[in-house]
Amino acid sequence: MKKPAEFYQRDRRWHPPAFARDYKTSVARSPQYAAISLENTISEITGPTFGHNDIDPIDNDLLSNFAQADQSPIGERIIVHGRVLDENARPVPNTLVEIWQANASGRYRHKKDTYLGALDPNFGGCGRTLTDTDGYYYFRTIKPGAYPWRNWVNDWRPAHIHVSVFGSGFAQRLITQLYFEGDPLIAKCPIVNTIPDPQAVEQLIAVLDMNATIPLDTIAYKFDIVLRGRRSTLFENRLEGN
Amino acid sequence: MAQKLDYLKETPSQTAGPYVHIGLSPGDAGFEIYSQELGRDIAGPNARGERIRVEGVVIDGTGAPIKDVLLEVWQANADGIHAHPEHPGKVEEGFRGWGRVITDFETGKWGFDTIKPGPVPGRHGIIQAPHINLWIVARGINLGLNTRVYFEDEEIANASDPVITTIEWEHRRQTLIAARSMRDGKPVYRFDIRIQGEDETVFFDI
Repeated sequence: MKKPAEFYQRDRRWHPPAFARDYKTSVARSPQYAAISLENTISEITGPTFGHNDIDPIDNDLLSNFAQADQSPIGERIIVHGRVLDENARPVPNTLVEIWQANASGRYRHKKDTYLGALDPNFGGCGRTLTDTDGYYYFRTIKPGAYPWRNWVNDWRPAHIHVSVFGSGFAQRLITQLYFEGDPLIAKCPIVNTIPDPQAVEQLIAVLDMNATIPLDTIAYKFDIVLRGRRSTLFENRLEGN
Repeated sequence: MAQKLDYLKETPSQTAGPYVHIGLSPGDAGFEIYSQELGRDIAGPNARGERIRVEGVVIDGTGAPIKDVLLEVWQANADGIHAHPEHPGKVEEGFRGWGRVITDFETGKWGFDTIKPGPVPGRHGIIQAPHINLWIVARGINLGLNTRVYFEDEEIANASDPVITTIEWEHRRQTLIAARSMRDGKPVYRFDIRIQGEDETVFFDI
């Protein structure tokens, strides 16, 4: 059993600020007061754990997890793969990674999405998997299309896949978005541009990975995810109060 | 020039967006795909302790309820133990301590059924009052917001809780205290979250 140890402080100048004027919805949904800094307790160091009983093996295959028998979704067949690491570059094993995305037309299978792009009867748009003992994960899916949204009059989201990951403690909980190398919409997007540092934006761009591509079958993109690291020393020796 | 530290940078956060349900709660987006959706049962059937419901709305800076929020819950069992290998002790079979709920698309109401957690060890041997950790994501929220639910009928424990007492402005501490009432013989705690403005809920940088 590992000793409880606290996570490195989150760099809130690297993450997007709560208030980002050009992403209009953030204006009324950002706290005015500063967050209260809280040193980790066992309530933040621990977090939910998941096992293979929680999910099905097909859950990471968006090409087939909603398709009718002998059918496939329409679109560019891709593999998205990578590792979940912490800031110390240590793998994060057995952690739950969940994704969701629009189809090739930029249409989401959601009752609130009314975009003209057609639904694909063979595409659901969500997947989940556990990282292996080396922190590795992969999904099969189709590349999502760009998508218009009501922010400025002519705003379009770059092709993106939403990514949710847990880590080993609740303090590592993270939701982000994966973008695709070379997409000219990335630089124009007010949601991407909530992130102040261009290097941080780079970290969200999945890179074409020809080595992982399956010839005559599926193109691959690599996307590594980094969660908060943690101290190697016990943060205190009286955790239980004795 | 000094040497360089070789730490990696954390992957930056992005908003969960309006269609978060597709990934994390697809039944609510309008389609069935997984054999089981996760986070539906927090305490399980065997958990000791008082069965409670916690519910509320999330309100934006204009005073309107936010109707596309997803909340995650993390809590200890009635003995103050988390279902995690790094927390010494055992929890009841089936107790997960983790849950996931969304707000109703029409009303913005959310709620979950669980058991009331016990006091949890804090730092330096100081006991924390019973509390539930909440994590809130939605369209317009760029980085998930962390807060805690405390219980109004734990007045004595709350008064010495090391997290509550860290909050310098005493009047803001009240924003973390859920109000207890009874409905059909069952305890219900009301916990409204105000993201911005008057009576803004305290959020934590954890």
